[in-house]
Amino acid sequence: MLLNPAILALLGASAVASLLLLLAAGFALSVVRHWDISSGSERQLELERRTYLIATLLAYVFVAQLVALLLFVYTAESLSGQFVGAMCATGVLNVNGWGWPTLYLKIALFFAGAVWLMLNRLDNQGYDYPLVRVKYLLLLAIVPLGLAESVSQTLFFTQMNPDVITSCCGALFTPEGEGVAAELAGVAPRSALLALYGASTLLLLSGGWLLWRRSGAVWFAAAALATFSAALVAIVSAIALYIYEHPHHHCPFCILKAGYDYVGYWLYLPLFGATAFALGVGVLHPWRHIPSLRQAAAADIRRYTLLSLLLLLAFHLVAARAIWNSHLTMSGVWW
Amino acid sequence: MQHYLARQRYLIDYTVASLLRHRSKNLGLLLVYTLVVFMLASVMLFTHSLRQEAEQLLSAAPEIVLQRLLAGRQELVPASYLEQMGRIRGVSERHGRLWGYYYDPVVRANYTVLVPRDRPLAADEIVVGAGLARSRGLGHGDFLSLRASDGRPVAFRVADTLAADSELISADLILMAEASFRDLFAIPAGYYTDLALSVRNPREVRTVAEKLTLALPDTRPILRSEILRTYATLFSWRQGIVLVLLAGALLAFVIFAWDKASGLSAEERREIGILKAVGWETADVIGMKFWEGALISLGAFLLGYLLAYLHVFYLDAGLFEPVLKGWAVLYPSFHPVPFIDGLQVATLFFFTVFPYTVATIIPIWRAATTDPDAVMR
Repeated sequence: MLLNPAILALLGASAVASLLLLLAAGFALSVVRHWDISSGSERQLELERRTYLIATLLAYVFVAQLVALLLFVYTAESLSGQFVGAMCATGVLNVNGWGWPTLYLKIALFFAGAVWLMLNRLDNQGYDYPLVRVKYLLLLAIVPLGLAESVSQTLFFTQMNPDVITSCCGALFTPEGEGVAAELAGVAPRSALLALYGASTLLLLSGGWLLWRRSGAVWFAAAALATFSAALVAIVSAIALYIYEHPHHHCPFCILKAGYDYVGYWLYLPLFGATAFALGVGVLHPWRHIPSLRQAAAADIRRYTLLSLLLLLAFHLVAARAIWNSHLTMSGVWW
Repeated sequence: MQHYLARQRYLIDYTVASLLRHRSKNLGLLLVYTLVVFMLASVMLFTHSLRQEAEQLLSAAPEIVLQRLLAGRQELVPASYLEQMGRIRGVSERHGRLWGYYYDPVVRANYTVLVPRDRPLAADEIVVGAGLARSRGLGHGDFLSLRASDGRPVAFRVADTLAADSELISADLILMAEASFRDLFAIPAGYYTDLALSVRNPREVRTVAEKLTLALPDTRPILRSEILRTYATLFSWRQGIVLVLLAGALLAFVIFAWDKASGLSAEERREIGILKAVGWETADVIGMKFWEGALISLGAFLLGYLLAYLHVFYLDAGLFEPVLKGWAVLYPSFHPVPFIDGLQVATLFFFTVFPYTVATIIPIWRAATTDPDAVMR
């Protein structure tokens, strides 16, 4: 294991987060079993009080997870100098079998946490906590995710062996290779960008429909997921190439480097934000008819839809700007 | 949105006023917090600049250094090895180097003696590093006497001293002509300390090294990238060790924060009770306490980081220097280049703000859920 401060910070933070999640899970169990808003018993009062603690705690945990996701990628990036063959985060994540699972789990945890926070916010606006059971059932599903992430990250960092010669983006993201990364890199830029714009148009239309007719939230969330996947594919297969100004360098991590003005963060943050808000809308929408939530739900759904669309726009502006300002000319080859 | 922002503003307003009312208690917390951030940030800033410095200095080093081994120990390399290795594709330049160490009993320190290739020196001339010049009180035109390997003293005139900007490696350096070097250490002609090879394309370095070990089986190639990696690992390891040692301090801080947050005075309890009686909800009290923690954290973080910045970049990190840099008699004085890194700030956040926040949540909640009648009675 490498005794690096960022690694120590990440391990410490995820250990604390797991502990808090376990604490919350214990509470969630008793809520699911004993919650009864009409009762005035001591247990019910205690539960009602304790929800504040757990909600605050979880808000902190999920915000910390967001920062941890960024720090994780950044750390992987900065460790690349210490492994033979690693030039960016890709190489470091390849050092052992736990790198990629940790990243995926962290991303999943980010989305799950964001959705939970939105649900929690909505629930707190109803005087009778109508969603409390749903909320804590969802939490019970998130807890294993958080624990798995913590374990996987610990294994990733403790089993790092500096002697391993790893393969980096140049080897992994090539159309000729095998595996998911190679498949992604092999997608023709034209179809990748077309898919991205198609999915985004669907998202925009379903968002507009949702704002206008107040229905179709499931489609909106589904379109957001499609846009998210299409955007990741498009980044690997086309957008990143324009940023590197190199027709064969397909790497989703090198764009996070200082050498490219950290443009990757400007691409990923709005994209992740837009997707998280859209997923939240999808989860909130079914509860809009609960009497005590009718107004709050309508306002929240409207707000999150707008935010999601705005962030999507920001993502597209950044991507379009990167392509527009690039010195790479592929007309005649791709177009 | 407007409503939300206005609400937060009023909460902050109230919090600032409340912080000022309990000045002494909060000042103590701020002081300890600042100190913790200061220590951690100093360590991080300093190691980072050490790493930068090493990288910068090694960027001019040869890509491959070839040493000859005899029974596992380093030996002089015959000049014939340069021909013997043959023409290796990708090697743009190769030459033998002469260098070694000289123990000076006067200051009880080791000097590094080197024969420069790009600087012709007369047989009795030397150029010395700034650290050596300082400790022996040498200046231009002074004489330095060294003992040759057969015991006779050899006097050298100091022709120049090296610029101080590269002092991390040149502090203990003596440059001299090839003939005087061979004479001083009795190294026969046709032998070198080691061989240096430049390889233009970084991707070919490994292949070249492989070919070298095949052509000259009794040699060991050392790659620049390996040295760089070793330095990077070494410095972050040292930093990690210091942080692990500081973990005790961090834990003490967390306990302190917990204690401060849970030990609400009767007056503060009454305050919260009154707030709730006049219509504040539990969420409002938690929000107020959140802002209290956020303001203290932000203040301590900025203050601690600023102090660490001054400590490292203006006072040369006097407190941690010996641990992080390593130790030697002729120690270089070295002025790190100011640099702030996002990774560091995020890491520092996880070492300080995160534990503080977690430690204070439960006490805050306990305070926020107290019944107004219970405390005002």
